[in-house]
Amino acid sequence: MNASTTKETAIKTGFLVVALASIVILAMIVVFLFREGLPIFRKVSVRDFLLGRYWYPTADPPDFGIFPLIVGSVVVTLLSCVIAVPLGVLSAVYVSEIAGSRMKEILKPAIELLASLPSVVIGFFGMVVVAPTLQEWFDIPTGLNVLNASIMLALMAIPTISSISEDALHGVRRELREASLALGATRWETISRVMIPAALSGLSTAVILGMSRAIGETMVVLMVAGGAAAIPESIFDACRPMPASIAAEMAEAPFRGDHYHALFATGVVLFMMTLAFNLVADMIAAKYKQVGTATL
Amino acid sequence: MERRKKRKLIEAGAFLIVRSAALVIVLSLAVVVGFILFHGASAVNWTFLTQPPREAMTAGGIFPAILGTLYLTAGAILVAFPAGVASAVYLSEYAREGRLVRIVRLAINNLAGVPSVVFGLFGLALFVVFFKFGSSILSGSLTLGLLILPVIIGASEEALKAVPRTYREASLALGATRWQMIHRVVLPAAFPGILTATILGIGRAAGETAPIMFTAAAFYTARLPTSIFDEVMALPYHIYVLATAGTHIEQTRPLQYATALVLIALVLAVNLVAILLRARMRRRRMS
Repeated sequence: MNASTTKETAIKTGFLVVALASIVILAMIVVFLFREGLPIFRKVSVRDFLLGRYWYPTADPPDFGIFPLIVGSVVVTLLSCVIAVPLGVLSAVYVSEIAGSRMKEILKPAIELLASLPSVVIGFFGMVVVAPTLQEWFDIPTGLNVLNASIMLALMAIPTISSISEDALHGVRRELREASLALGATRWETISRVMIPAALSGLSTAVILGMSRAIGETMVVLMVAGGAAAIPESIFDACRPMPASIAAEMAEAPFRGDHYHALFATGVVLFMMTLAFNLVADMIAAKYKQVGTATL
Repeated sequence: MERRKKRKLIEAGAFLIVRSAALVIVLSLAVVVGFILFHGASAVNWTFLTQPPREAMTAGGIFPAILGTLYLTAGAILVAFPAGVASAVYLSEYAREGRLVRIVRLAINNLAGVPSVVFGLFGLALFVVFFKFGSSILSGSLTLGLLILPVIIGASEEALKAVPRTYREASLALGATRWQMIHRVVLPAAFPGILTATILGIGRAAGETAPIMFTAAAFYTARLPTSIFDEVMALPYHIYVLATAGTHIEQTRPLQYATALVLIALVLAVNLVAILLRARMRRRRMS
C-alpha cells in the first residue's frame, strides 16, 4: 500500500514538473531576450532607443532609434482593428444569435480555416493581388503600404476576435435574452441592448487579443508594409513595423554586434507590448468571470 | 403601429449588416484560397513535388522544402506532444484551483500570445547560440515545439474535461489508483480529442515562417539533410524567399503560386481533418 502511494505521489509530481514548464519557458524567453538585447543600451540610452527618430542600423555612425518602427506597428495594428473589430464582432453576433444551424456549420469551420491560413500565404496574397489592386484604384506609386498591411492583418485578427466574441455571447445567461424578448423587444433590440452589453467584458477581451495577434504578426508586415523605416504620414505610405524590422535584418546583422543587440532589444519591446495586451485581457476575463461556457 | 414597423425595419437593416459581415469573412477565405488554387494548380505536378529546384530556383520542384517542413513539423510534435498532454493531464486531473494553477494558466495564455518572431529570436538565442545547435532541424523543431505547446495544452485539456465524471468515479470505485484511472480510463476516452489537438498543432507548426527564419531555414540547400544538425529548406520560407528575395521575382511567379498552393493544401487538409474529427466526437457525445 505504501509503495503504491509513493508511486502515485511520484507520478503526480512528474506531471506537476511538466506543467511548470510553461512558466519556465516564459521566464527563459524573458531572460534570453534581455541577455541579447540589453548590451545595446551601452551604446544608446533607453530614451534615445525608444524615442529616436532614425533607424539607420547599418549607417556609419549607425542610428538606433526605433520610434518609427513602434509607430509603424501601432498604426497598422489600429487600422487593422478598425477593419477587424466590426467584422469579427458582427460575425460572432451572426453565428451566435441569428444563423440557423446549417449556416453555423458552414461559418464556424470557415472562420477556423481562415485562422489556419499560414501568415506567409496571406502576405503573399497581399503582395501579388491586393498591392496591384490598390495601386490601380488609388493611383499610387506602390500598393505595399500601411493600408495593405492593415487589411491583411485584419484577415488574421478576425478569426481570433470572432471566436472569442462568440464564446462571450454564448456565455450570456439565457434568461437575459428571454426576458428581453418577453418584454416585446425585437431580436435586434435584444442583441444590441441586452446581449452585447452583457458580453462586453468578453468582447473587449476578444478585441485586445485580436490586437495582440496583429501587433505581433510578422510575415504579413514583412511582405506588404513596404519596409520604409519612417513615420508614415498617410495610409498610402510605406512603414516598417517592429516584427518586419527584426525578421528582415537579423540575417544580415553581424553576430553580437550592435545591430544584432538592437534587434533583440526591439524584440523585448514587442514582447512587452504583447505581454501587456495579454495581461490586460486576462485581468478583464478574471474580473468579469462569466458563468457558462465562455472561455478565454 | 407605426413605431412597431419602424423597429422591425431597423432590425431588418441591422441583420443585413450583420449578415454581410459574416459573408465578407467567408468570401475573403474563398478569394484567398481560390486565387491561389486558380494560379497555382497548373504548375503543381509530380515533377514539381518530387524534384529539387534547378537553375537558381527558377525551375524544378520543391521536394527539399516539402521534406524540410515534414521534418520540422514532426520534430515540433515530438517536443510539444508529450509536454503538452502531460501539462493538460496535470491541469485537468491533479491540480486544485489555486494560486499555482492560476499562474500556470497565466503563463500558458501569455506563451500563446508571444509573437512568432519573438519565438524566432528566443530560438536563436537559446538553441542556436547558447546550446550551439546552429541553424538546424533540431533548433527549428524545438522552437516550433515551444510555439505550439499552448495549442496542444489547451486542446488536450478540453478533451480531458469532456470525459464524463462518471467514468472517473466508476474507475475509482473499482479500486483503481488515480494514475490507473488516468491512463486506463481517462486518456483512452480523451484520445480522439487529444488527436485533434495534435493535428491542430501540426497545422500551426507547418505554416509558421518567422520562428524558423533564424533557427532552421535555408535559402537553398544543394543536398537533402542527413542529420538533425543540418539546415533545411521549408515550404513557408521558400514562398517568402521566392516572392521577395530573388532576382527573378516575376519570372518565378508560377512557382510561388504553386508552392503556396502546396502549403495551404497541406495546412487546410490537416485542419479539415481536425474539424471533422471534432464534429464526429461532438455528435457521438450528443447521442
